[in-house]
Amino acid sequence: MKIAVLGAGHVGPVIARLALAAGYEVGIAGSGDPSRIEMITDFLAPGAVALSAADAVAGADLVVLAIPWHRFPALEPGMFAGKVVIDSMNHWPPADTPLGTSEQVAARLSGARVVKTLNHVAYQDMEPAGGRAVGVAGDSPDAVAAVASFLGRIGFDPVPVGSLAAGRLLEPGGPVFGVAARRQEFENFVKEQS
Amino acid sequence: MTTTFGLDTFGDVTHDASGTPLTHAQTIRNLVEQGVLADQVGLDFFGIGEHHTPDMPLSAADVVLAAIAARTSSIHLGSAVTVLSSDDPVRVYQRFSTLNAVSGGRAEIILGRGSSVDSFPLFGYDLADYEDLFEEKTHLFAELLKGGPITWQGKTRAALHEQDVVPYTEPFPTWIGVGGSPQSVVRAASYGFSLMLAIIGGHPGRFAPFSELYKHALEKFGRDPLPIGIHSPGHVAETDEQAREEFWPHYLDLIGRLGKTRGFATPTPESYAHEVGPHGALFVGSPETVAEKMARTMKKLDASRFDLKYGIGGLSHESLMRTIELYGTKVVPLVQDMLA
Repeated sequence: MKIAVLGAGHVGPVIARLALAAGYEVGIAGSGDPSRIEMITDFLAPGAVALSAADAVAGADLVVLAIPWHRFPALEPGMFAGKVVIDSMNHWPPADTPLGTSEQVAARLSGARVVKTLNHVAYQDMEPAGGRAVGVAGDSPDAVAAVASFLGRIGFDPVPVGSLAAGRLLEPGGPVFGVAARRQEFENFVKEQS
Repeated sequence: MTTTFGLDTFGDVTHDASGTPLTHAQTIRNLVEQGVLADQVGLDFFGIGEHHTPDMPLSAADVVLAAIAARTSSIHLGSAVTVLSSDDPVRVYQRFSTLNAVSGGRAEIILGRGSSVDSFPLFGYDLADYEDLFEEKTHLFAELLKGGPITWQGKTRAALHEQDVVPYTEPFPTWIGVGGSPQSVVRAASYGFSLMLAIIGGHPGRFAPFSELYKHALEKFGRDPLPIGIHSPGHVAETDEQAREEFWPHYLDLIGRLGKTRGFATPTPESYAHEVGPHGALFVGSPETVAEKMARTMKKLDASRFDLKYGIGGLSHESLMRTIELYGTKVVPLVQDMLA
């Protein structure tokens, strides 16, 4: 299975390293020409291949969005058609909008199956994953299952929290954002919300 | 590379013995005394981080540095950091070049994109532009450092044509503060600026690949080796217990408040114990404990400079003076022995 990580900033190389360590093939893309992130990739995620976003996504079974929220509108939505996409982005600072951010992502990437996860874990707390509980939200059960399997393999304990709308639970200001919650606590929060 | 040791502060408002906050004016006057003591105990650097909030009122840190310069003779004085993204590089250059003149060539500057971003709305900048602002302004700053009339054009300020930007002084060390962005590491190397790693949470060892990336990038850009520094928060007292107990309530208060706007988790006694322990980023403890952790971290990251960010808000001025004294007279000599 091939993973595309979009974003070579704070978060992207960390997720790429975890995926590489679990035996996945990883392509990583920044904004623009892949040569701009070759050196970063060589040192921070050795083994990953620096690609353009389009090439990385085209060859991947699973795509991880690890770019700043304000860069998201610059992504070409068509290339995500048919892909399972992990949205790990946050609107920062938190904005008061009627929809959760992953619902907005899903609306724009209409051909993709979007799953919200990892957004609530600070990048410095992701490595090692150490069996940390992470919430997983999505509208496609198959996509949620695929992402949960990926998360489990790279060392997290995935906890389904429901639909993308339910995934607002994981957003800034929510009860698990930035918090090292255990599986049981996650499940309690999900019960409270439903 | 020669090892150097400094103190950084954000100039947090201190409290008196009864827990009442001091005024901004008194906090700043005390800060001058702290800088003077840092020089007296033999430290190499004293840095003040720009902030614009009522609990961190150091919006004009360079003025405070000039006051310290007038009363000291050997310590280097600088920012930690200057939020270049929301400032005018010409004005920043003028202020630090003037500080360099006043202090007899003791100015240093650490440039940052801004982790504390209060300056963006204050000066009318959009946070969404912060990478582009930093990129362009860093480039202009690097051009200004070359000295002589400058011709420059960009999107973020008026163009310059054969413009003298004065005063012209001796070159002063310029660093880029990096919190976790690999692009900033490469950018520092490309301009020939030193690298200051701001390690404020999690395992300091995870920054080791950044040091490797930086050294490789310097080589690739045909530059000579430059210092790598570490900036980490801490507090030193006579014993581990005392240091940890003094620091904890203020750490809980600060991170609890910052967390709301910056996404930090509220600390727990367990997370605090981890951060002050051998695998965390808080350098809190007795001189021996802090020295051991500093030496280990400097070796691991191949760093030749360590700046302890002391002075968390709510501690007393007297407590901070004690930290400075212990850091200069006990911690630093211990680290030097361990690294020798």
